Amino acid sequence: MKARVTVSLKPGVLDPQGRAILHALEGLGFSGVTDVRVGKLIELELAEGTPLETVEEMGRRLLANTVIENFRVEPA
Amino acid sequence: MKSGVVVFPGSNCDRDLMVALELVTGTRPVALWHAEAEVPAGLDLIALPGGFSHGDYLRSGAIAARAPVMRAVADHAGRGGLVLGICNGFQVLTEAGLLPGALMRNAGLDFICRDVALEVVTTDSAFTRGYRPGETITVPVAHHDGNFQADAETLDRLEQQGQVAFRYAGEVNGSARRIAGILNDRRNVLGLMPHPERCVEEAHGNLDGRRLFAGLVSVLA
Repeated sequence: MKARVTVSLKPGVLDPQGRAILHALEGLGFSGVTDVRVGKLIELELAEGTPLETVEEMGRRLLANTVIENFRVEPA
Repeated sequence: MKSGVVVFPGSNCDRDLMVALELVTGTRPVALWHAEAEVPAGLDLIALPGGFSHGDYLRSGAIAARAPVMRAVADHAGRGGLVLGICNGFQVLTEAGLLPGALMRNAGLDFICRDVALEVVTTDSAFTRGYRPGETITVPVAHHDGNFQADAETLDRLEQQGQVAFRYAGEVNGSARRIAGILNDRRNVLGLMPHPERCVEEAHGNLDGRRLFAGLVSVLA
């Protein structure tokens, strides 16, 4: 089985990479982009039957820094 | 004064830090390998050096913060022992939860490697007692992820409790309230982005970092 962990910056946390991408998009002529936030997608290959709660715990203990990031776990 | 310097895969300031500690304290520090869960008894200081532990994979300091040696570091801090994290060491300490906040990508996205002016905000700690309150010192920085961030409540608490140890005199990397280094609430753990070990002898052209280590010696002898 597979699980997908999406890590994103918490709202309000400044994202310098997102800002740089926003400016680059504007430079390419894409108008109407009001904000860009960069996150991470982590795909896990898991033993069959691994409970998603275990993956949640992986998120809390390592995959995300909950001081600045949120994360979401979903089966893939 | 007995000190230990943790070596993670990808640390690259561990030798500089050991040389600085030996120069100022007169005693050669022991190297502590990241995979060892136990450290020698009787250490006064455990220092976490700069570098790129585990290639900065996932987040700077994230994987190192979960290394077996970090439990011993946390125990040492819990006993009131001194812990110093420089640059990547500071990132590791925040990731390990031994210091609040997080160190994010520099606001300008560039790796910054230059001398910076620092204000010594508090001298009320073993690490900063060698300075004068409000003094401005010069110490080099060399980092990509030095942008210190925490929620407003945490920042207020750090300032009110005198836990901000060093502040950049000018804008450097986007850090909230220009914070360059912080203490924990017990004041026995310091993390800072600038590199005091790089300005400890005449040949460095600057001795401002030396007083940080000298301050430790004066406490621990």
